[in-house]
Amino acid sequence: MAIEVRIPTILRNLTGDAKVVEGNGSTLGELFTDLDNRYPGIGERLVDDGKLRRFVNVYLNDEDVRFVGGLEAALSDGDSVTVLPAVAGGSL
Amino acid sequence: MRYDSLLDSLGGTPLVGLPRLSPSPEVRLWAKLEDRNPTGSIKDRAAFRMIEQAEKDGLLSPGCTILEPTSGNTGISLAMVAKLRGYRMVCVMPENTSAERKQLLAMWGAEVHFSAAAGGSNEAVRVAKEMAAANPDWVMLYQYGNPANARAHYETTGPEILADLPGITHFVAGLGTTGTLMGVGRYLREHKPDVQIVAAEPRYGELVYGLRNLDEGFVPELYDESVLTTRFSVPSEAALRRTRELLDKEGIFAGVSTGGALHAALGMARKAEKAGERADIAFVIADAGWKYLSTGAYEGTLEEAEERLEGQLWA
Repeated sequence: MAIEVRIPTILRNLTGDAKVVEGNGSTLGELFTDLDNRYPGIGERLVDDGKLRRFVNVYLNDEDVRFVGGLEAALSDGDSVTVLPAVAGGSL
Repeated sequence: MRYDSLLDSLGGTPLVGLPRLSPSPEVRLWAKLEDRNPTGSIKDRAAFRMIEQAEKDGLLSPGCTILEPTSGNTGISLAMVAKLRGYRMVCVMPENTSAERKQLLAMWGAEVHFSAAAGGSNEAVRVAKEMAAANPDWVMLYQYGNPANARAHYETTGPEILADLPGITHFVAGLGTTGTLMGVGRYLREHKPDVQIVAAEPRYGELVYGLRNLDEGFVPELYDESVLTTRFSVPSEAALRRTRELLDKEGIFAGVSTGGALHAALGMARKAEKAGERADIAFVIADAGWKYLSTGAYEGTLEEAEERLEGQLWA
C-alpha cells in the first residue's frame, strides 16, 4: 500500500534530497517505521517516546493528524502525508 | 427586500447548494454567500458588532480614532461603518496584500500604515499594538481578541445556517481571527451536539514563512481548540485549484481563501462517503474574487497562478 510522503527541506538530507518519498503502513506510526527502514534516522526526528514530536506537524490529506488519532491515524492506499516543521524556521 | 439603511441590510445571506461539486445526493455541500454583505465580505458582521459594542461600552464617541491590524477585509468593513458613524479609521496591514485592498481602504476613507511583508499578519498585530501604546486615546477594537467578533457569528451567522439547514452535519470555515468558527461553532454545538466544526488554515510557502523568526506562531485570544472537531492546513496550490473548481462547476466567483475552505469541505465529504454516512456540509464563501484579480489567481494555468501567488497572503 503506497503512501506518498512530502518531506520538508530540513529533513531532506536524510532522504537523499528527495522532496517526495513513498512508504507503507496501515497507520501513521507504521508508515514512519517503514520510512525509518528506508531512510535511517528519520524516525527519531518525527517520533519521540511513542508520540509525534512536539514541533512536527503531520497532515493526512491536508488534515492535521493530531485531530484524527496521531500515530494511530489509519491510512489507505493513495493517501498523501505531509510533514512540516510546526514553526517554519524552527528545528525539527 | 427593503431596509432603512445599508447597515440594516447586514447578514441574512443566501445558503446555496452545490449540486455539481457534491459527491452524491447523500453527501451534499452548501455555500454561505458572505460576499453578499454591504462591503462584500463576512467581516462586515464582526466590524459592525465590535463598533456597536464599543459604543455601548462608552469607548467610542464621534470624532474618535479606531485602529486595527488587518490584511484587508476587516479594515474595509470597519472603514465603512466608521465613515457612517463619524470615526477616523487607521489600519495596519502587511505590505504584500493585494493592490485592490489598499485602494478599497483608501476609498472608504481609512488611513493605511504598512507593516513588513516578511512578518505577515503577526507583524501587523505587533505594529498596531505599538501604535496603540503610543496613542492612548485611539481605540483598537482588536478583532483577534474581541468577544464581539465571535458573538456576531453566534448571534447571526450560526442561527441563519441552522434555520436554512436543520440537518447540518459539518460546518467549515477559514481560520483567521477564529471568530467565525468559534461563534458559529458554539451556536451549532448547543443545538446539534454531533455537528463537526472544521477549520481550514492557509499554509503559505517559504517566502512568507521562511523569513519569520518569531519563536512561536501567533494564536488569537479568541481561539478555543475545544470548539473544533478537526483542522486542515491548505497549501496555496489546493486553495487556488478549488477556487477555480468553484467557478468552473458552480459558477461562483470567490476569493482564494474560500478555495481553502472548499478543500477542507471536500476532504470531509470524501470521508463521509467512504464511511457511508449522510452529510450536509456548510462552508463559508468569505468574499468574492474581485479583490484578488491583480494577484493573477484566475489567469493562465494553475502552475502560473501558484507562482504568482507565492509570497502573497491570500487569507
